[in-house]
Amino acid sequence: MSEHQPENLPATSPAGDAQAPRAEVIDQRQGMFGVRGSGDTSGFGGLRRQVALPGATPKPYGSWFDAAVERLEGLTGDASIEKVVVDRNELTLHIRRENLVEVCKHLRDDEALRFEFCSGVSGVHYPHETGRELHAVYHFLSITHNRRIRLEVSAPDADPHIPSIVSVYPANDWHERETWDFFGIVFDGHPALTRIEMPDDWPGHPQRKDYPLGGIDVEYKGAVIPPPDTRRSYN
Amino acid sequence: MTETTDPYAAFASTRDTTEGKVFTVTGQDWDTVVAGLGEEPEERVVVNMGPQHPSTHGVLRLILELEGETVTEARCGIGYLHTGIEKNMEYRSWTQGVTFCTRMDYLSPFYNEAAYSLAVERLLGIEDEIPEKATVMRVLLMELNRISSHLVCIATGGMEIGALTVMTIGFREREMTLDLFELITGLRMNHAFIRPGGVAQDLPPGALDKIREYITWMNKHLPEYADLCNANPIFKARLQDVGYLDLAGCMALGLSGPVVRSTGYALDLRKTQPYCGYETYDFDVPTWDSSDAYGRFRVRLQEMHESLKIVEQCADRLEKMDGQPVMVADKKIAWPSQLAVGSDGMGNSLDHIKHIMGESMEALIHHFKLVTEGFRVPAGQTYVALESPRGELGCHLVSDGGTKPYRAHFRDPSFANLQATSVMSEGGMVADVIVAIASIDPVMGGVDR
Repeated sequence: MSEHQPENLPATSPAGDAQAPRAEVIDQRQGMFGVRGSGDTSGFGGLRRQVALPGATPKPYGSWFDAAVERLEGLTGDASIEKVVVDRNELTLHIRRENLVEVCKHLRDDEALRFEFCSGVSGVHYPHETGRELHAVYHFLSITHNRRIRLEVSAPDADPHIPSIVSVYPANDWHERETWDFFGIVFDGHPALTRIEMPDDWPGHPQRKDYPLGGIDVEYKGAVIPPPDTRRSYN
Repeated sequence: MTETTDPYAAFASTRDTTEGKVFTVTGQDWDTVVAGLGEEPEERVVVNMGPQHPSTHGVLRLILELEGETVTEARCGIGYLHTGIEKNMEYRSWTQGVTFCTRMDYLSPFYNEAAYSLAVERLLGIEDEIPEKATVMRVLLMELNRISSHLVCIATGGMEIGALTVMTIGFREREMTLDLFELITGLRMNHAFIRPGGVAQDLPPGALDKIREYITWMNKHLPEYADLCNANPIFKARLQDVGYLDLAGCMALGLSGPVVRSTGYALDLRKTQPYCGYETYDFDVPTWDSSDAYGRFRVRLQEMHESLKIVEQCADRLEKMDGQPVMVADKKIAWPSQLAVGSDGMGNSLDHIKHIMGESMEALIHHFKLVTEGFRVPAGQTYVALESPRGELGCHLVSDGGTKPYRAHFRDPSFANLQATSVMSEGGMVADVIVAIASIDPVMGGVDR
């Protein structure tokens, strides 16, 4: 992390705790309040901020995580799990999309895992993570073992396909439709992947980062307030 | 379309479309439809019910395929109340997010706020620093909210099957609960009262007395619902064996809340994965074993009594906490919101204004930074789930280390539970569809967000 340390931020020491995940840089932002580059004397144009998410956690993961990950690796082969992240005492498994359905089957059926309850999928759009722009994040609850687990699957913007897990977890039917509607992720094998919240003929996928929020100027006592996404903001 | 239709016509007007003949039914005009069907009786009948129909619980659209009065296929059309709350939250500070998410499921606003606030607190890593009093007040408000939400469910559910007294008394008791909300938070709904770090305000003077009065009132009046409904033959005839869904069906379709508990399984996150100190309260998780609409009614009825028990325990604890803080001590997070209503009717704090305008320039800078920029939340993601009146309400929050949520997603229990409409209604009568949906208790604000 230290080699990417921006000059204008205080130095951070590498974490001493072996379990702390290494950060993974996904974006580099410059400027603030709409000021970018030179030609401005405010100094905001020179600001730089690194966007880094918690990266892969080295073993041991602690708690029940080690046993569960080993069990899953044994059942599906370790190639299916791209990366394991333990952050804030929550377990996230990054799964290759080809293996998603198989992993879900084992999560549901294996006695040592037994995640009976699917809490749905939610999309996240990282436009600067080249080749992994679209993420689908699944949450499962094991009522038997009283645990939660998160699966994260990514797909490139150019090929936004992720296999549907409705055949394994019927509960995910509407959730996948919602994620298709808002992010444009195509869940292959879904029984009827249609829009669910937006009108059927709506153009675009509104919760992607490149889709504007929209809105109109509001005038109040002579002053004009622009819509939230065009206001000057912190970055 | 061959002729224009008058939606207010006293008879069901017809028009021909590419899909076949379309009747616009406005009430008391089924004779026209039946007569019209006589010409082509072999055709299937698809009835579009809603989205503006008093008994579809808000703007829910039902598409029913009928054979006589039997429903052969039932589908839901949703999205009529989609307001882009999740997207909007990405453009406001972490604290402002509460103002948006409280409006999702408008019958249980405190649960939306609590799920979001708990998620922000986990991302910040300050879960252990939330003052005890704030946590007890959160539990108090959530349990009062469970009572008011179940009351609306039972009241409107009763109204839809013609039990109007259940509706009138249900709203009477709900009004008492909303009066308490108004006293404590200032608003009857859309409170934005539970915030990251604690709650916005301390309890106002006299609130505990009002809560005690409320408990006495409810203890007297809650049994009325049981007297009116529990053994009422008409009520039972309408609800029993309607909207049947067993435990395996619930698990497969991701149902939670009273629907699961009506199958005899006591699934309740307050017991299994306690948050806000629920493990320290004494209460039971009521279940019923009939897996039908009647069972769900009985579960909700009993849950209100259990919630009242928790409210009483909260009041006892709050009595001993006079003067304790209700917001996290970290001034980088605590929103300066200890306001009082001034003579101009606006919320204000004269002491705070005096401090920042007259005494300390640093305090002014700090106030300005906190209000305009907000606080930064370390990058990462979390999923926090709690037991709302309708089941598992989950909040998936992603932070990129900035002053605004990078992504906020809510797993609303109404959304997930509504998927069971088809399996609960198909094969039953048209009239039972209404009962089945009422027993799911969907709130469209939460479904569509």
